[in-house]
Amino acid sequence: MTVSLDNSKAVYQGIKDVGVHFITALPETWLVYLLQLAEEDPEMRLVEVAKEEEAIGIAAGAHFTGTPHVLLMQNHGFLAAINGIVSLAMLYRIPLCMLIAHRGHMGEPYPWHTQGGIVTEPILRALNIPFDYARDPKQVGKQIKQAYTYSLSALSPVALLLSRDLMED
Amino acid sequence: MRRAKCIEAIYPELQDKLVVTIMGACAQELYDLGHCENFFYLQHAMGLASSIGLGLALSEPAEKVVVMDGDGSVLMNLGTLTTLARYKPANLTHIIFDNGSLLSTGGFASHTTSGITDLAAIARGAGIENVAAVSTPMDFIGAVADAFERDELSVIVAKVEAVGPDHFGMDLKLPENAFRFERYIKERKQMREKLS
Repeated sequence: MTVSLDNSKAVYQGIKDVGVHFITALPETWLVYLLQLAEEDPEMRLVEVAKEEEAIGIAAGAHFTGTPHVLLMQNHGFLAAINGIVSLAMLYRIPLCMLIAHRGHMGEPYPWHTQGGIVTEPILRALNIPFDYARDPKQVGKQIKQAYTYSLSALSPVALLLSRDLMED
Repeated sequence: MRRAKCIEAIYPELQDKLVVTIMGACAQELYDLGHCENFFYLQHAMGLASSIGLGLALSEPAEKVVVMDGDGSVLMNLGTLTTLARYKPANLTHIIFDNGSLLSTGGFASHTTSGITDLAAIARGAGIENVAAVSTPMDFIGAVADAFERDELSVIVAKVEAVGPDHFGMDLKLPENAFRFERYIKERKQMREKLS
């Protein structure tokens, strides 16, 4: 498998199109081109964290200053960030627009991703976090806009799951 | 040295800064001095106060940001020190009140008790250049004054007694605190834009 550069560009353009200039992320294979695009973009501030829960705090700080912001993480990073999502974002009604690489689902060759892949959707449902799957590069820009808009109006975490169909060639 | 006295000593200096505290005793002691719209109390999500401070400081360079953290919270998010060191926001002062105790959750010893773990050394090792370790009120006030004057990321580890307030409670709902804090920042920004 190879990560799709063209589709990564479509995702990045979707992020730019909603007016975001601040991304917090932790590197992951499917996000490699997205992070490179962010690093090379002089208009973008990219903060890479040591663990994804930090990114929830940083997102809250950016929200307080009115700075459009999205988070990029792997689904295992989402699992690692849950207390921050629940006890900061949900408790204080802070929007989060999370773009999550959905590793470990259908087609996953690596055993170590599989348990996280299986539980991601049920956990999103249990947390009552609105989510959608992004599969089509032609639709992903619109989906990012919808996720971002909804996070702000609902004052809630919202997840867009970046699927294998989208992120791999 | 008592944390409440430390907070009281620097309280006048906090009026024009964005202040983020951790949960429990630290939040209560600041609140009891008089709530201000520029104070945000993180009453849960231990460890993330410094991450909120980083997000504030990076996204609003015109504001000075003060985080009042604790040893228990920092121990839950040690990676934050490395992220702070990497992005080193010049407008952030990170105060860690180290009472060697998980005071607000039963008073159990934390890993810093009896000097086992040295948070100032960890902060330096993480790559933060301006780290002060203080244990007297005079040194604390001096370190905070230096940090506020210095236009660089500063960390202050203040050894304090494991003593907290005898009461807890705020007339402030948690989302209300967030909404008002956000509005305060927005109004300050609008004011700056009007003046410039």
